[in-house]
Amino acid sequence: MINFDYVRAGDVAEAVRLSAATPGARFIAGGTNLIDLMKVDVERPVRLIDISRLPLRSVEETPSGGLRIGALVPNSDLAWHPLIERRYPLLASAILAGASAQLRNMASTGGNLLQRTRCYYFYDAATPCNKRAPGSGCSALTGLNRMHAILGASQSCIATHPSDMCVALAALAAVVHVAGPSGERTLRFVDFHRAPGTTPERDTNLEPHEIVTAIELPAQGFAANHSYLKIRDRASYAFALVSVAAALELDGEVIKEARLALGGVAHKPWRDPAAEQALRGRPATEASFAAAADRLLQDAKGHAHNAFKIGLARRAILRALSQAARGTPQPQWQKKIL
Amino acid sequence: MARTSRTRARAEPIPTPGKVSVTLTVNGVETQLELAPWTTLLDALREHLGLTGTKKGCDHGQCGACTVLLDDRRINSCLAFAVMKDGARVTTIEGLAAPDGKLHPLQQAFIEHDAFQCGYCTPGQICSALGLIAEGHAKTADEIRELMSGNICRCGAYPNILAAIEQAMGRP
Repeated sequence: MINFDYVRAGDVAEAVRLSAATPGARFIAGGTNLIDLMKVDVERPVRLIDISRLPLRSVEETPSGGLRIGALVPNSDLAWHPLIERRYPLLASAILAGASAQLRNMASTGGNLLQRTRCYYFYDAATPCNKRAPGSGCSALTGLNRMHAILGASQSCIATHPSDMCVALAALAAVVHVAGPSGERTLRFVDFHRAPGTTPERDTNLEPHEIVTAIELPAQGFAANHSYLKIRDRASYAFALVSVAAALELDGEVIKEARLALGGVAHKPWRDPAAEQALRGRPATEASFAAAADRLLQDAKGHAHNAFKIGLARRAILRALSQAARGTPQPQWQKKIL
Repeated sequence: MARTSRTRARAEPIPTPGKVSVTLTVNGVETQLELAPWTTLLDALREHLGLTGTKKGCDHGQCGACTVLLDDRRINSCLAFAVMKDGARVTTIEGLAAPDGKLHPLQQAFIEHDAFQCGYCTPGQICSALGLIAEGHAKTADEIRELMSGNICRCGAYPNILAAIEQAMGRP
């Protein structure tokens, strides 16, 4: 690992100041992804600014009936938080679908949003990768691309965002609070991560030196009718080939409100307003679910090794929506798909 | 563009960062160390304190061999810089047995159920299981399996590891 300098920030303003003062510095909180990337020479910070002791660890109710989650709340604490379990079980389930118990104990809420892709070529500093070394080319386009994107990719990059938590946060229409040199601002979750386009080196719309300080959840948690269904190459502790966050609000048999987000298929958690609109006002039947799935996947494009994901995603969407409609979400410890 | 800035960043001379004073309470003993900032908690335990019971497997958080308890929570010590854990309490496999040598019930259960073959993953399995039991979320065998999935056993002793953990939890 390269040598670097270490400094601990006392508050958010100081962290932002320290970052702005040192080109090549990086914030570190849980460290589970950054330290890994430093070991493989993908990340080469000259200075680490430790933000892990900043007072961003609370989960508080908001005046509008939602929750505000501090950016340093560990993933495990969030998943098992009584308010999350009761009011946002979709989020709890998605968190428990990701990583391992040890990693969830270390990883922070804000850091989960900022983890990098697990594309093999991004991780291998000896190969071309536009995300790691802009302009060098995309090795995955013509290489091994089983794990890669089928939606919203570009000729520059077909990497996927690896998070499970973020798929649920997208479905729940979370809001990201950030602080930076020009003050504080908020981003809608769908606007936080980017499509790769011609600048895949930028994963998010964070500006330089900005820090995620909190995630805010709206009041509607879809606690009664939801499911997070994750399909992967082994039974646990693996990144998604396809995952689905499905959430419904039912009025009898009729769908009043619907949310549908996919993981493992794009450079960001994938939502399509048209697919959700296709569900509203429709009966909660397989025909309605199929119409929404077809709409969501209409522009899907496979590569040499991942075209199977298109059919897999369609079936996973149908299953997750029917689990949500029945009120029988997929438990993460249950390896047989319900 | 990014390449240019990276080249520039590397070309500038970076002063060699000094060592940092880190205090850890390891298995009940407070210890002060002078460490380079890039020393992982795993390397601090193994190379600086001589506590080689905690194993380095993949060194990337994928195998769980390096699992220790940090302030009573299980973590991968390979993915933590020791300097960031200044002031913390660390429990490793060396800290589990009683002072008179009597094994921790979980250690004893691993022996009684032959819950290992080569033994390399065992310290991580035991520390992880301690964390699991303290968390209190696993009630069934399936839940134990899922919440122990961060610990790989390449010998495949999983059924016996599960049996040992169930015994320590007092499950029938």
